[in-house]
Amino acid sequence: MRIACPFCGERENGEFTYLGDASPKRPNFAADSGESPERVEDAFYDYVYLRDNVAGFMREYWYHGGGCRSWLIAERNTVTHEFRSVIAAPGVGAANPVQAGE
Amino acid sequence: MSGYTGSEPLGRTAALEGSTPSARSQAASASQSHRLRSGGLIDRQQPLQFSFDGKVMSGFAGDTLASALVANGVKLVARSFKYHRPRGIITAGSEEPSALVEMRSGARKEPNTRATTQELYDGLVAQSQNRWPSLRRDFMSINQLAAPIFVAGFYYKTFMWPAKFWEKVYEPLIRRAAGLGKSAELPDPDHYDKAWAHCDVLVVGGGAAGLSAALAAGRAGSRVILVEEDVRVGGRLLSDGGEIDGMHAEEWVRRATGELASLPNVRVMVRTALFGVYDGGVYTALERVNDHVPVPAPHQVRQRLWRIVAKRSVVTAGAIERPIVFPGNDRPGVMMASAVRTYVNRFAAMPGKRVALFTNNDDGWRTVEAIQQAGGDIAAVIDPRGKVPAEYQALADLSDLRVLSGGVSDVKGGVDGVRGVIVTDGNGRKQQIDADCLAVSGGWNPNVGLSCFHRGKPVWRDDIAAFIPGDAPRGMVMAGAARGEFSLGACLRDGHAAGAAAAAECGASGNAGEASEAGDETYAISPLWQVKAKGKAFVDFQHDVTASDVTLAQREGFESVEHLKRYTTLGMATDQGKTSNITGLAIMADATGRTIPQTGTTIYRPPYAPVAIGALAGHHRDENFHAWRLTPSHHWAAARGAVFVDTGLWKRAQWYPQPGENDWLESVTREVLAVRNGVGFCDVSTLGKVDVRGADAGTFLDRVYINAFSSLGVGKARYGLMLREDGIVMDDGTTSRIAEDHYFLTTTTAKAGPVMAHLEFCRQVLWPELDVQLSSASDQWAQFSIAGPNTRKLLQELVDPSEDMSNEGFPFMGAREVKLRGGVTARLFRISFSGEIAFEISVPARYGAAMAQNLMIAGRDLGVTPYGTEALGVMRIEKGHVAGPELNGTTTADDLGLGKMMSKKKDFIGRVMAGREALTAPDRQVVVGIKPIDVKRRLRSGAHVVPKGAIPGPQTDQGYVTSVCYSPMLEQWIGLGLVERGRERFGEIVRIHDPLRSEDYEAEICNPVFYDPEGARQRG
Repeated sequence: MRIACPFCGERENGEFTYLGDASPKRPNFAADSGESPERVEDAFYDYVYLRDNVAGFMREYWYHGGGCRSWLIAERNTVTHEFRSVIAAPGVGAANPVQAGE
Repeated sequence: MSGYTGSEPLGRTAALEGSTPSARSQAASASQSHRLRSGGLIDRQQPLQFSFDGKVMSGFAGDTLASALVANGVKLVARSFKYHRPRGIITAGSEEPSALVEMRSGARKEPNTRATTQELYDGLVAQSQNRWPSLRRDFMSINQLAAPIFVAGFYYKTFMWPAKFWEKVYEPLIRRAAGLGKSAELPDPDHYDKAWAHCDVLVVGGGAAGLSAALAAGRAGSRVILVEEDVRVGGRLLSDGGEIDGMHAEEWVRRATGELASLPNVRVMVRTALFGVYDGGVYTALERVNDHVPVPAPHQVRQRLWRIVAKRSVVTAGAIERPIVFPGNDRPGVMMASAVRTYVNRFAAMPGKRVALFTNNDDGWRTVEAIQQAGGDIAAVIDPRGKVPAEYQALADLSDLRVLSGGVSDVKGGVDGVRGVIVTDGNGRKQQIDADCLAVSGGWNPNVGLSCFHRGKPVWRDDIAAFIPGDAPRGMVMAGAARGEFSLGACLRDGHAAGAAAAAECGASGNAGEASEAGDETYAISPLWQVKAKGKAFVDFQHDVTASDVTLAQREGFESVEHLKRYTTLGMATDQGKTSNITGLAIMADATGRTIPQTGTTIYRPPYAPVAIGALAGHHRDENFHAWRLTPSHHWAAARGAVFVDTGLWKRAQWYPQPGENDWLESVTREVLAVRNGVGFCDVSTLGKVDVRGADAGTFLDRVYINAFSSLGVGKARYGLMLREDGIVMDDGTTSRIAEDHYFLTTTTAKAGPVMAHLEFCRQVLWPELDVQLSSASDQWAQFSIAGPNTRKLLQELVDPSEDMSNEGFPFMGAREVKLRGGVTARLFRISFSGEIAFEISVPARYGAAMAQNLMIAGRDLGVTPYGTEALGVMRIEKGHVAGPELNGTTTADDLGLGKMMSKKKDFIGRVMAGREALTAPDRQVVVGIKPIDVKRRLRSGAHVVPKGAIPGPQTDQGYVTSVCYSPMLEQWIGLGLVERGRERFGEIVRIHDPLRSEDYEAEICNPVFYDPEGARQRG
């Protein structure tokens, strides 16, 4: 399997490690947010544990640890292993992402 | 004759050495009773000596072992798997199911080598397999008398009782009686290599279609690799000839080869068999670099495993001729018709003097011409279709050919091969034909295997009575005979079109030229899979599966092809059923009344052909099995006789034995006492190290650690703990603030990689807005822990006198850069894992070995002692510091006694989930100290903790011992453990139960900090 890192080009999959579904967003609650503990815990429960078991294209995290150390979002077909796109997506795991410089 | 390594001397070879080439050639020809006087792609000027089962014979350069055996009139080459029936050579290619031999001897012994693909070399030594005492008189052939026992599924039926006999009696018995060759039991002395190759268009197979495809793609300008398993390209053209573009096929092959060689963008790899197809256009191939010489030349590899990355592939893997199933179809001398032509035309070797032909299709008739041109006799042609194909009518008339309808119902003969063929016609009348060879053609199966490796299902084509490729893997097209296009003209056109299209898809814009032209010979076939008659009729020659095994499987309910395969072992041998699978399922289809496509094929999987484990391992064996990481002081430590321990990829000094010490415990105890009473040092460079820089570095660390780092003063170090998002502890380590915007973070050795990935995830995916950069510095710094009451005295010898090393000038948990004597700048951290006054000193890795030497020199008068990981572990247990056995993926910060470090003022990874009910329950197992009551008792980790007086079991289990050591300070074994409600139970006596080691004793639960609980020593 070959993965096209947007920074390094197409590389062998042994350089990458897989994390999983890239759709969950990390809930953003300050320690003193005042939200009810149940609501906070439920949100984190979803974030940490709940995943769809997709047959077909899914967006997932791949880490190019053997290369540029970028976390990448790949659109991969879990049935055919076809990659549709591989991009860097800063902030994609945050509930309210703020980009550098903002 | 150099390079001959066999165990038996070849006396005649030596005698020939002094003679002239022509004399040798004549002498060689003499033994080759079945060699034609002219023709063939062999070099009669290069005679080669070889031995088979100790008998010395000769052949010529260009021969395979099989063709040389044919030329020497050898028919019997093997005994079959179950019944030990005499077997011969059936094919001339890599699909060979029968002629498996043991090659070479000693450490290079290689069983189950197909004689049909083994190139002949001078001094080749081969043995037959699975027979005793000899191939001709095989004692185990009595298995044939017991044949009714060995039917499909016999393992499950015959050897049922008593059950305990299976392992001790039945299995060894069966394994001895039935089997293939025996492998070498010595380490393989040869080297195997792995390599990558990249191209636009990969062409698999160098026959007419493959050469045509490579020419088109190459001319168009794409980067082409053509792989061919044979020693030369040409495929069936080398055996069947024909006319292309008005020239003889051999001449066309020569020109095509020349043109490909002239194209700098084309690479032709012979002796290279493609065996796997993987995602994203990755293909695997095995190059047999030096299988054709006795021993690889120095510094050369035996085989090379290629991974080829190709944008497109054109698979022109040809077709495999299929046998017909009839009684006696396994007799030595029964051969595929195409193989007969290969031996005659390519190798100038006659498989028989009087050949009978049994064919159900036009292609088989080519054999008549080949035999007649070579001066052999055609005893008869048996064609169940009952008439001569129009194309061959003239030939039949001219030679007064005997043509019979009906089918072959038996073959007479024995160890010496075929003597006669019994033909039964449609009315049941039998007649015997005298023949010493029977050529058989049941038609051709396109070689669809590679197209099916991604679960593509082949599709049935009625007109050729064969499966053709269905959905091929992405980027792959099939062309030529592999796609069911059998005529030469069609192969050339199809290959050219596929090659040109593939090149264009890769962006090549050059002119692919025109396809070469050849005739389109007819291929009419009337399917015939089996002649039903009394007697053993084989479907799978390698696993001895008969037609009646297939029908028995059907009667017993194993009708699915996958069940059929597993119940009868059809197609499960080393040939993976290349000549048997389709025939077997056709017989199953007949037995069940279904069509062949309804019956379907089994799943095709790589490897296409057997691959030696050595080739898959490549250089990754023995000390090169994986990479080693050596600490900067490794060679220094090795020279001192250190004992090393593997921790991940690292080799770490475990202890440094001294003369007179009898065991590791003596050495470790000495090292601990030397540190506690004087000074010692230990290489801790294996810790993960990360430079964290940027204006938001402090904020970033606040979010990944449970405790605060933005509040840490410059020049200070702090112990930190990080959690996983689910609230469980991930890792710990000290982090120092070197400047306002610069932290230096350390991780445990084991988690260096995962923590770096986690930090990058947090930085890139969660908080890209933070101004922070991470760089791994694990390999950049050599780091030593220096510990003991005399540490400061030792350091004063090393650091520049201007540095203030007093307790006030460099207090506990201080961290700063210092200048060493000689000018090197080091980082110094006053942190303690041992509980003594201790510093960790970091110098650039290149100074690591020098630092170790200088510590020894500077500390000579202080009795400085290098210590290993074992003493390090003893001292951390004495101090109750947690490490890997406690940070085991199940513990929370509070379990480790570090719950108070969790900040309530900030958000951090794991904060919310760590607050869950189960993770904060009062009855959790927490870290405690454990001391056996009997001070002589050795505590062992893994032992269970149950209440005193309780019966050990899941209901009473309260935890376990995680880390143990012999404590020189307490003079007894002590340990840490995870025990339910442990912190409330200091002083309680519990039962330690160790069923694995049959130990049971009492111990006291205590404070995990055994030594200097106030921590006065490390602050002094």
